[in-house]
Parts: sequence; structure tokens; C-alpha cells
Amino acid sequence: MVNTKVTLSGLTLDNPIIPASGTFGYGYEFAQLYDINILGSFSFKGTTLEPRFGNPTPRIAETPMGMINAVGLQNPGVDKVISEELPKMREVFHKKVVANISGFCVEEYVACCEKIDKEDCVGIIEVNISCPNVHGGGMALGTDPEMAAEITRAVKAVTTKPVYIKLTPNVTSIVPIAKAVEEAGADGISLCNTFLGMRIDLRTKKPVIANKMGGFSGPAIFPQALRLVYQVYEAVNIPIIGIGGVATAEDVIEMMLAGATAVQVGAQNLVDPYACKKIIEDLPAVMEKYGITDLNDIIGGAH
Amino acid sequence: MKQVIFKVISNEKIAKDVFKMVMEGDCTFIACGQFVNIQIEGLYLRRPISVCEVVGDKLTIIYKVVGKGTEVMSKMTEGTELDVLTVLGNGYNLSESGDKPLLVGGGVGVPPMYQLAKDLVAEGKKVTVILGFNKAEEIFYEAEFKALGTEVFVATVDGSVGTKGFVTDVMKTLSDYTYVYTCGPEPMLKAVYNESKTSGQFSFEERMGCGFGACMGCSCKTKYGNKRICKEGPVLTKEDIIW
Repeated sequence: MVNTKVTLSGLTLDNPIIPASGTFGYGYEFAQLYDINILGSFSFKGTTLEPRFGNPTPRIAETPMGMINAVGLQNPGVDKVISEELPKMREVFHKKVVANISGFCVEEYVACCEKIDKEDCVGIIEVNISCPNVHGGGMALGTDPEMAAEITRAVKAVTTKPVYIKLTPNVTSIVPIAKAVEEAGADGISLCNTFLGMRIDLRTKKPVIANKMGGFSGPAIFPQALRLVYQVYEAVNIPIIGIGGVATAEDVIEMMLAGATAVQVGAQNLVDPYACKKIIEDLPAVMEKYGITDLNDIIGGAH
Repeated sequence: MKQVIFKVISNEKIAKDVFKMVMEGDCTFIACGQFVNIQIEGLYLRRPISVCEVVGDKLTIIYKVVGKGTEVMSKMTEGTELDVLTVLGNGYNLSESGDKPLLVGGGVGVPPMYQLAKDLVAEGKKVTVILGFNKAEEIFYEAEFKALGTEVFVATVDGSVGTKGFVTDVMKTLSDYTYVYTCGPEPMLKAVYNESKTSGQFSFEERMGCGFGACMGCSCKTKYGNKRICKEGPVLTKEDIIW
């Protein structure tokens, strides 16, 4: 028997597999296919204070071994998420969830996190300061260490639950930002959001995506995300959730060796709705193959 | 939604750049107007293709080669196994059709009209079909629709076959229909929307991430709130549409 249990800031997960925000909705679609309670947890669709439709379509483009999205944080707003989506979600998922929160200014993050903090089903608040698809907020806030620290402090002041800051990879150096949010009181770091990318349609000779650029994700970015996790693990002492191109149980182990305590699976859910189930089922055999009896033993093992 | 492994039985060219693929597998619960999402080796995203016909465990799709995915599909041989997500989208609602429904398909919007026409004919409806193409070499399924016992009109932009012009040029000459069902490129849908004298159902296309409602990649605004083309669509009612 192998141990797949890991702990994020006091929250013990049966396994380190967490579907990433924006690729799993509120779980209903996947719950039609399998019992999603096998997941460690999941991060629900990015939530903002006010309802948002998001960007015009097309919002999706394909890349070699990946995709680009520019959804732009479509969501019904935090009040409706709490009154309508979370009750339905609780019917299909009984464990604690990760609440992914976005905003356009400090006050918005604070108001939104304060509301979501009161929800029993929320185990971790994941503050997204890294969305590449919105103007005047999102990623712009996550590229400046001082701004990232300010949001972290403000959110920590109004919440009781562990706060994880989701960082953007679209910076020259990730380490100063990771250190800044740790010093500001972050309980953990989710690393990373999508890479800014684009495609151009050869027939129209214009960008495929209406918003021109979008967030690049999928197995193609795995080595880049892995490198960021490796770098940040050396710089901070708080847990890291590794995100970016994870598609197999082997990827999970690689991410954990780089320094992740848990892992999120994103784009792969969209092309294979059973992706997380397969990873969870494959994990014990892959651990045995590589002589791993307890996942906790390998966190940061590559350093 | 279901994940099904299909086996390709045949895959043949039926018009310029247009292929008909028949595959065998579990077709339970697939309804007319829905689509399937096909995984293609070497490409990351699945390819959503509308359902043309289901007979027992045989699914027919008709697709036009427009990019890498459909090009790979066009070269698939008999026996190829495909990982397909089925029972996707809402499909057409037949109960609104009245006695004399009018079906309007343009280009690769024609295929979903076929199962719909079959189902309506089976219910005893008097079905009229308008098929729109650019030119003669692109025409397909005219004989198949006729064989169902429907009245078929063809419009070609260059006038090489049937009425010269668009599907709406044929629509202008018709008045005796109770409801409209349509699928085709968006400018055609809009023209049909404006020309139709009754209510109707319109099937839309959009670039999709997942095809089953998870990613919000294909959302659109309607009079009744935001809808996902892959989940609450691809069929919207005339009353839904903001035009």
C-alpha cells in the first residue's frame, strides 16, 4: 500500500489531484461521468464580485500539445455563486473545495474573499492575481511584487481560511513575487496560471482569438511550469500547488519532485473528461514503479 | 455525455472537400441536432462534428475539410478506432414543428437536417427542405432528402443548379410552412431569421474547448441569459436570439 494523502495548510487531501479553476466548472458535467469525490479537491470557476460575461468569441485556439483560451472570467458573480452554484455543487462533491477568486482592484478582492470565506464547503481560497484575459486587473496585479503583497495582506485581513495566491508565469523573475506574497502572509502559492500566447489564422490573416491574445496551457507548457515550481520551492517555505500541463500520474510525481505539495490538472480535463480519474487510478502503480511509498517523501525531492 | 470508442466503417468523398464517414459504436441517446466531439491523434483539442444520421449502432457524420483536423479525418481508413464524446448539445425540439416544417441547410449545415427530416417524416409531417451551396460540385444529399419523401429545393450562389442565389431566395417563394429549422454559416442563419415568417430553431457553430460545458469557451448572449453553444445550444430558438 502506498500513501497518496497530502496536506495543504491543515487540509488533508486523499490525493494531490485538484482540477484547475476554469476547466471543471462547478463539477456537475464531470459528476455525470464518474464520482468526483475521488478527487483530492477541486478549484471551482473563477469568481468575481460582479457577474461577468467575459470576452467575445472566438475564445479558444489550438496549439501543438495545448490550447489558448481567452474566456475572460465568465461567471455569475459571487452572490449567485454562493446562492445557486455552491448548493448544487455540494450535491455532487462532499469534500472541501478551492474557491478561485479574481478581481480588478484590492477592494474587489477583499469584498469577494470576505463573502466566500463564510462558506463551509470552502477549504482554501485561491486568489487569482494572474488572469491574462482581463484588462486593468488580473495579471497586471500579479506582475508587481508590491501590488501582489498588498492584495495578499488585504485578503488575509478579512479571511479565516488558508489563502493561496495564484501567480502568473508572465514575469521576468517569479521569485521576488513569490517571496513578497509569502512575507505578506500567504498560506501557499498556486503556480502557475497560463502563459500569454496567440495564434493567427492563415486564411483571415488575423488573430484566431477575438481578444487577440490568450492564456496558453496544456502539456506544451509543462516544462516551463515545472521550472517555476522548482525555482519558487527554493525561495519560499509555504506549500506550492503545481499547475501547468499536468496530464499523467508521472507528471504529478515530477511536479512534486520539483516542490509541489499538490497538483492541479487544467486543460487535460477539457480534452479527456476522465483525465483526473485516470491519474488518480494510475498514481499508486506509478509510485510503486519508482519506489515511492509515501508522496510526502518526494515533495521537493529533486533539489 | 458519453465517451464511446467507435470503429470507422467507411469514409468517402461525396462532394468537393466534403466527406461522409460512417462509424460503428454505442449510439444510445444520440438525438438529431446534437454533435459528437472526436479525438484526433496528434492534435490536442477534439473536433466537434454534427450528427447526420443514426441507424442502430451506426453513426454517420459529414464534414468538410477546412483545417488540420478534418484533413487527418479525411485520410482515416476502415477499421480506425476513434475516441468520441457523444450525446452533446441540446438538439432540435420536434414538438414545435407544426404540420409543415421547413428545413433550411447551408453547406456543412445540411447534414444535421437529414436526421431531423427523417424524424419529422416518421411523425407524419409534410417536410420541405431547402439546401444551399456555392456551386454544383459542392452539392450533396439532394437525392437522399428526396428519397425520404420530402420536397427539396436547391439554391446555388452561382446558379449552376436550382435557384440562383441564397436559401432565402427560395424561402421568399414559400409561404405555406409552420416552423423553420436551420443550420449553416452565421450570415445565412441571420438571413433566414429575417426572412422566416414563423418561429424556428437555429443551430450555431463556435470554436469550442471541451464541447461539454466545462470551459465557457463558446458562450453567447441570448435574450434569456448567457448560453453555452455546446451545452444549452447548439440549437437556439428564434426567441432566444439577439439580432
